[in-house]
Amino acid sequence: MAVTETSATEAPREFQSGVANSVLHINDVHKSFAGLHALSDVDLAVREGETHAIIGPNGAGKSTLLNVCVGRLKPDRGSVTFDGEILTGKEPHEINQLGVARVFQTPEVFPDLTVLENVMVPALSKRDGHFTLNPFKRFGAETRLRDEAEATLKSVGLQGQLTALASSMSRGDKRRLELAMGLIQHPRLLLLDEPTAGMARHDTNATIDLLKQIKEGGMTKVIIEHDMHVVFSLADRISVLAGGRIIAQGTPEEIKNNPKVKEAYLGDEEV
Amino acid sequence: MFSQSRNDWLLFIGFSIAVLCAPILMEPFGGNYPDLLQKLAIFGLFAIGFNILFGLTGYLSFGHAAFIGVGSYVSIWSFKLLTMNAIPAVLFSVIIAGVFAFLIGYVSLRRSGIYFSILTLAFAQMCYSLAYSVLTPITNGETGLQLRALRTNPDLGLLDADIRVLDQALGIQETSVPTPNFFGLQTSGYEGFYFCAVILIVGFFIAQKITNSNFGMMLKAIKSNQNRLNYTGIHARPYLLAAFVISGMYAGLAGSLMAVTDPIAGAERMQWTASGEVVLMTILGGVGTLVGPVLGAGIIKYAEQKVSSWNEGIISDFFSFLPAGLQDFTASFVSLFVGEGWHLTLGLLFMVIVIFLPGGMMEGFRRIVGLFKRPNDNDTVSNSATAQPAE
Amino acid sequence: MDEIFLQVLNGLDKGGAYALIALGLTLVFGTLGVVNFAHGTLFMLGAFCTVALNRMLTTSYQRVNPDKTDFLGNPLKEDIPYVQDWFGADFSAFVFDYNVPISILLAIVVMGLVGVIMERGLIKHFYNRPHADQILVTFGLAIVMQEIVKHYFGANPIPQNAPDIVGGAANIGAWIGLGDNVVYPVWRLVYFAFSATIIFSVFAFLQFTTFGMVVRAGMQDRETVGLLGINIERRFTIVFALAAIVAGLAGVMYTPILPPDYHWGMDFLVLSFVVVVVGGMGSLGGAVLAGFMLGILQSFASMNQVKAIFPGIDQIIIYLVAVIILLTLPRGLMGRKGVMED
Ligand SMILES: Nc1ncnc2c1ncn2[C@@H]1O[C@H](COP(=O)(O)OP(=O)(O)O)[C@@H](O)[C@H]1O
Ligand SMILES: [Mg+2]
Repeated sequence: MAVTETSATEAPREFQSGVANSVLHINDVHKSFAGLHALSDVDLAVREGETHAIIGPNGAGKSTLLNVCVGRLKPDRGSVTFDGEILTGKEPHEINQLGVARVFQTPEVFPDLTVLENVMVPALSKRDGHFTLNPFKRFGAETRLRDEAEATLKSVGLQGQLTALASSMSRGDKRRLELAMGLIQHPRLLLLDEPTAGMARHDTNATIDLLKQIKEGGMTKVIIEHDMHVVFSLADRISVLAGGRIIAQGTPEEIKNNPKVKEAYLGDEEV
Repeated sequence: MFSQSRNDWLLFIGFSIAVLCAPILMEPFGGNYPDLLQKLAIFGLFAIGFNILFGLTGYLSFGHAAFIGVGSYVSIWSFKLLTMNAIPAVLFSVIIAGVFAFLIGYVSLRRSGIYFSILTLAFAQMCYSLAYSVLTPITNGETGLQLRALRTNPDLGLLDADIRVLDQALGIQETSVPTPNFFGLQTSGYEGFYFCAVILIVGFFIAQKITNSNFGMMLKAIKSNQNRLNYTGIHARPYLLAAFVISGMYAGLAGSLMAVTDPIAGAERMQWTASGEVVLMTILGGVGTLVGPVLGAGIIKYAEQKVSSWNEGIISDFFSFLPAGLQDFTASFVSLFVGEGWHLTLGLLFMVIVIFLPGGMMEGFRRIVGLFKRPNDNDTVSNSATAQPAE
Repeated sequence: MDEIFLQVLNGLDKGGAYALIALGLTLVFGTLGVVNFAHGTLFMLGAFCTVALNRMLTTSYQRVNPDKTDFLGNPLKEDIPYVQDWFGADFSAFVFDYNVPISILLAIVVMGLVGVIMERGLIKHFYNRPHADQILVTFGLAIVMQEIVKHYFGANPIPQNAPDIVGGAANIGAWIGLGDNVVYPVWRLVYFAFSATIIFSVFAFLQFTTFGMVVRAGMQDRETVGLLGINIERRFTIVFALAAIVAGLAGVMYTPILPPDYHWGMDFLVLSFVVVVVGGMGSLGGAVLAGFMLGILQSFASMNQVKAIFPGIDQIIIYLVAVIILLTLPRGLMGRKGVMED
């Protein structure tokens, strides 16, 4: 499915024409809430396998953009395509089944289930599709799935809490749990909304290492992050969102040196 | 925690033994008579099924009594038209209740929360009202649907005379209005209880399987965070509908057993207060647990029979150890709660449970057990207990 | 034409009752966030205020009247109500006749008290519990109150009379030029006027007083109002008591139309919940609109002509409408976005 780019953004030309190797296209997306333009004319293409960071001040519309991608919000105008499939108008579960997983800004887990169960549910969803009716297949009896869930939990450092209830966890742990819930699905596109916010420094570093590792697996990632340390250690490319518009795109080096970005964002951040 | 299948078997075997020995267990409580025992088994089944919807998914239906009614009517019609054997009656009831549940669930599940409760309530009230009015040719209205003698006069309608084609084809002789049977075995009295008890055990087994299955885990995930489940790639509605239909089939089965043990069906079974009663049973025993709903159903049905049969005289005798004035006062106060006042007790019980023990009796047991465990044990016990409500 | 007009009238008083109950239900839901399954029971309690007053007024002692004899020739024993003895025959005749309107005063006091006690004693503790818990606990309370009433007043309906002056029938047809065929009980017209007045007063109260403003703001955005440091708890109590009084008065005035009966609470609860949901959870205007609409629809459905076409429609019309509305308009007729959409 060919995507025609029409609007003029600040992005370099070859970036826009790089349709062939990009998986996620956000085309001319508009979203307003009762007159407030949360997103205007947003165009974005994410390349296969890259880690694409979206940065910008609070209220810039970053989370809204992810919400449009996963079907939580319907854009007023424009569309999102993932690997040739139009996501706009699809239900959240359909979008996930296409291989898009999301980690939320405020941790969303299953509070009444144990940590292991929290991870097994997405694993089953990945394997069995959005609905299977086999009321007699014992949960957790398939050791392969369970081993994988335990391994994933180990990779995020939660191996010690397999039977704890998710509701009893700290916020940072919930974040890691949610990351595991995303990772176990081996999504082709992982959307992370501030995955390290509220984490202690060494946990943040561990998360960076983990995300770097799975980068080698070829997973495409879009990451929203305030922590510039995280952004510059992970991102291949960066888009800067301010006031609902993309004001700059490019490699970390380009963004660092872009005066507009400094003015809009980095001015009040310590890099 | 996943290697619990041995514990599951123990639970299942323990449950089966308890049910089969119910006549002995109920003896000291003066509850060993077939009518009560049948009720315990039937309402236990109803509550188990209701719990699959309410306990696992958190969707509170106020309309499950409708399926009880459907099950009862279908069974009686099976007796009237086909055969006095209980098996076809039970099978048809379950299937047709399932069809009803599918239709009602399909529509009601387009909404959640209190809207879902109101929709199910609306559908059940419609069934109830229609059974009394337009559907009288099928339900026999206020009189209730009953068995009749075989049709000798072709002018008689099916409400007034039965045909029982299968029994006729098999050449079974009838002298008067027959009673339902299970291949010649009676289904009233103690035989009736054992018939229901075996079905209850099977129903428990299936519910146990469902609770511990992948499917059951999805239902629990719906209750816990339906929104998150959507972004995890699961479409909640088919799961909910499946749970709704399964629990509707359990209700239909319970309704059918009511007709099998006592072949008459009336619309009052479908009233919304009957739906409220099963909610209470589930809550009292423990929402989301396997044994709790059966326990709740048993206690409520037992107490209903006992408490509502007490009168002021009995109470007065009971308090005869008190001085005369105090005795009269106490007796007249207590009599508010017994006999006719049984519903008052029920209402109070409802409130007390919701206020003080939302987890029901199973939660209470767990807390008591927790008190006797060594403190360092305590943590793991309470964790795995809450994580595995199916104990 | 006459028939249709009559059915509209018929619908108005029933609709008035639905609207008044639903108004309180949605007010409580909108401000306190509580789903109160005992609200119909408050309507029933109001009705029994009338019955209780009647009981009090007729409490009497026996006196031998030496001037008269009964049919056996013994001196006649007469039942003399205390009221008559204390205040004289004229006054006692007057209060008997105006039993229903007078019990409004009683009901305001009693229902206000019941409301405060219920809110402080029970509802308060359920603000932050799930809706299912609220439904269940108030359902239990409804059963308890209903059974207590049954214990003291018996299970049979107890007819009450409207004051003589409005006890007859009005020839409405003649008033509005429809001929002499439209004759209608005056009390039902009074009921409609009464419910309209109450609805109007409640809206005026919410619209024009500071208290009402805070309550409305609370219905829009509970957290913010709480953050402003306004003592929201006390207001909650008052709102709840107000809703209880409105339901109670609706019950008092309904007694001459339908003899009160201990399970009124449950009967009207289910209907008024449907009304609230059809109107849109949390929308006061929606509750009133839906109340009258469903009342009128119900009386049309019970016309013989309609029943001939759709048998049984009178029994199910309300539920049918509820189902259709809920499926087509998820938020009801006038519900606001974001209320109870989980
Ligand atoms: N559901 C919503 N309703 C109304 N306004 C919203 C909603 N979601 C986000 N907004 C507004 O849109 C703007 C962008 O929000 P968001 O995308 O969350 O910003 P951020 O970049 O910090 O993630 C903010 O001004 C926010 O208040
Ligand atoms: Mg954000």
